[in-house]
Amino acid sequence: MILDGKVPSGPLEQKWENHVHDSRLINPANKRKFRIIVVGTGLAGASAAASLGELGFNVDVFCYQDSSRRAHSIAAQGGINAAKNYRNDGDSVFRLFHDTIKGGDFRAREANVYRLAQLSGNIIDQCVAQGVPFARDYAGYLDTRSFGGALVQRTFYARGQTGQQLLLGAYQALSRQIRDGKVQVHTRTEMVDLVLVQGEAKGIIVRDMVSGGLSAHAGDCVVLATGGYSNVYYLSTNAKGCNVTAAFRAYKKGALFANPCYTQIHPTCIPASGHYQSKLTLMSESLRNDGRIWAPGGKGDKRPPSEIPDAERDYYLERKYPTYGNLAPRDIASRAAKEACDEGRGVGATGRGVYLDFAESIQRLGKAAIEERYGNLFEMYERITGEDGYSTPMRIYPAPHYTMGGLWVDYNLQSNLPGLFVIGEANFSDHGANRLGASALMQGLADGYFVLPNTIGTYLAGTSPGAVQKDRDEFQAGMAEAGDRVARLLSINGRKTVDDFHRELGHIMWEDVGMARSEESLKRALAEIPKLRSEFWESVKVPGEAADFNQELEKALRLADFLEFGELLALDALHRDESCGGHFRVEHQTEEGEALRHDDKFSFVAAWEYKGNGKAPEMHREPLTFENVKLAVRSYK
Amino acid sequence: MNLTLFVWRQKNAKEKGRMERYEAHDVDPDMSFLEMLDVVNQDLIHNGKEPIAFDHDCREGICGTCSLTVNGIPHGEQKRTTVCQLHMRHFKDGDSIYIEPFRARAFPVVKDLVVDRQALDTVIQSGGYVSVSTGEAQDGNTLLIPRHDAEYSMDAAECIGCGACVAACPNGSAMLFVGAKVASLAQLPQGKVEAAQRVCVMTETMLDQGFGNCSNHYECEAACPKGISVKFIAKLNREYLKSLKE
Repeated sequence: MILDGKVPSGPLEQKWENHVHDSRLINPANKRKFRIIVVGTGLAGASAAASLGELGFNVDVFCYQDSSRRAHSIAAQGGINAAKNYRNDGDSVFRLFHDTIKGGDFRAREANVYRLAQLSGNIIDQCVAQGVPFARDYAGYLDTRSFGGALVQRTFYARGQTGQQLLLGAYQALSRQIRDGKVQVHTRTEMVDLVLVQGEAKGIIVRDMVSGGLSAHAGDCVVLATGGYSNVYYLSTNAKGCNVTAAFRAYKKGALFANPCYTQIHPTCIPASGHYQSKLTLMSESLRNDGRIWAPGGKGDKRPPSEIPDAERDYYLERKYPTYGNLAPRDIASRAAKEACDEGRGVGATGRGVYLDFAESIQRLGKAAIEERYGNLFEMYERITGEDGYSTPMRIYPAPHYTMGGLWVDYNLQSNLPGLFVIGEANFSDHGANRLGASALMQGLADGYFVLPNTIGTYLAGTSPGAVQKDRDEFQAGMAEAGDRVARLLSINGRKTVDDFHRELGHIMWEDVGMARSEESLKRALAEIPKLRSEFWESVKVPGEAADFNQELEKALRLADFLEFGELLALDALHRDESCGGHFRVEHQTEEGEALRHDDKFSFVAAWEYKGNGKAPEMHREPLTFENVKLAVRSYK
Repeated sequence: MNLTLFVWRQKNAKEKGRMERYEAHDVDPDMSFLEMLDVVNQDLIHNGKEPIAFDHDCREGICGTCSLTVNGIPHGEQKRTTVCQLHMRHFKDGDSIYIEPFRARAFPVVKDLVVDRQALDTVIQSGGYVSVSTGEAQDGNTLLIPRHDAEYSMDAAECIGCGACVAACPNGSAMLFVGAKVASLAQLPQGKVEAAQRVCVMTETMLDQGFGNCSNHYECEAACPKGISVKFIAKLNREYLKSLKE
């Protein structure tokens, strides 16, 4: 099947405006007859739920956290891009669009990305109006800074906590709708299945994480804003609770999953310190502006860094990429670190780390200058590792950070299942094969504040509000199926814990489906994952009861889906026999070791359809055509 | 190192809780406090016992989910650190550690170390926002905000809503939490229009939710993992007085 992204016709600049004009509207008096289900309260979910409530719809919003303020958008540090051109430095909507398409290695849909750039300025205005304390200059104007992949200063920020401040803005807007009774919030409530009625998304099954009770919720449509799937790698920069379940359950009900192999690995994270490691922490990659990355030249060199003379150090990025040096792009820097460690030249107790050394910068600029630039990061590093990054080099290692793939959506952000909308990191639409810094916040909020509220009406206008109630068989069947899954997990009572299995899955994914993939490694993963999955269903040990607050059961339900999803990710990576953005196939690289695309064969979105248990999923294509940009090869030499 | 843990176990909100003793062996100094509990839990599961329930999510000190009282201090003794960022190198071999939930009248225990902090959300829902709907905003630079005011607002807005201030206060007061939100918004031009109404309704809701009043112990500031200053309580009081005149 060739997929239709339903991109409006007309010139790029006018597509969105024309489309909004052509969209169907709902009489304000009728909006209150509709009920919309939103799952997730990160930037996308909270902004969507608040905006839909303001429009007059009734909204039920769900999150697994104990408060809607805690979704993982809160951890974003750097900033948010917007093509305001306040700096008069040559920025424009077209330039932001172009940077994002190029950064995504020409694997995103042009019209969606252009719309994102067009809406970027409105986001800043909306957040300012909400009281988000963006950084200001001494005259009181909004301050901006530069960020990776761009030559203009278009990144707005609130100290190192931009994600937190934007999320609190959306959370507060949501809180106002809760007070007004337009939105009902269900915290500590996790979606365990999607309900279709005659092929359309009309509700969800959820588990109350305090009582353990399952319940059904019916609505006129369902919006998923459930984030990414980096935790398929076990260790990632995501929060512990982040999971793929909502998106994967939708996939199993017929929603197409697009480009799952597009994952982003961030180069400057704090390495794992031991087997017990539970998550990884990211440090802003701005550190690479002044730090030099190196590994010992010889294998198994256990000397402390201060005793390794300069001649015996390998500043490998400077050696391989003389022009960009330590500022080589994320994927290149990440792969080079792993290669050094795979060669036995890694540092730290686990041998999975390389040095990020500030000695030279401190000598050149003085400690005070480095402290002023990165003081909070050195503090964070010391809190976690107990080491002083000023006197001894920091240790860093790459970590899974963001996932560009997600459920397939058309220009309206509607999946192939009518009534199922997918926004934010959970969809696939805007970042192609690689996301630029400060773009995730932009996309989440554009989707939630401005796109979805303008596109959802066309679907709703064609339905009768309240037509589906939760007493229907489809809801009863969904409840029964979820109940069976819970009962089955609790009945196994094997000998390995959920974490044991998750670590093993993470190991397979990291080694074989990580940042350097080959046909051989992917086929190995495709053989190992099903074995691990069978073992999980035979010998996992989930203590406690179904009708109780049971954190091990929560983890088991999520891992069960990751164990199936990991296979889909590997399959997509095997099928995409090219390198692009975050997807690097070792068979396809330039002499300099950079990703080599094959536009003639792979200039399309791969959207996978579930065909039943034990059957191979079927791939559908959405061809990508570029009418407004010229496809080019990246070069950072 | 080896540690002895005394951990609060409570089946649910209705049943009585008690301290239970556990031994934690071979604790690595580089572990975070929560990773140490993870390992204890893995042992409990392998031995057929129910693991200790505790709240956590981002494990990088920003989401505000983790909520343990360690040796009587919310988030433990280390300053400006959430318990997920507290590392075991700050303890020594043979130590006994007492682990309890955040304790406050407004935070009922859900299970073991997990508490219900819905009351904090309820306070925000009553008025902790600027009443602007999507689409109503004008250009961000039409509103000039002196750098000092933006920084002051940000100092208050750094609050992660964990509730350590409440748990640390002998009166179970949420005035640091409420003060931070009131101050953050009142300092900005876009928050001024509703400032009087906001401070009244948030203060009322705070009392309705079972939080106490401030009596100047400053334990809240000492426990706050983000170092939010008690000057925002003073600001809350000033804003409250101002609102009475209006």
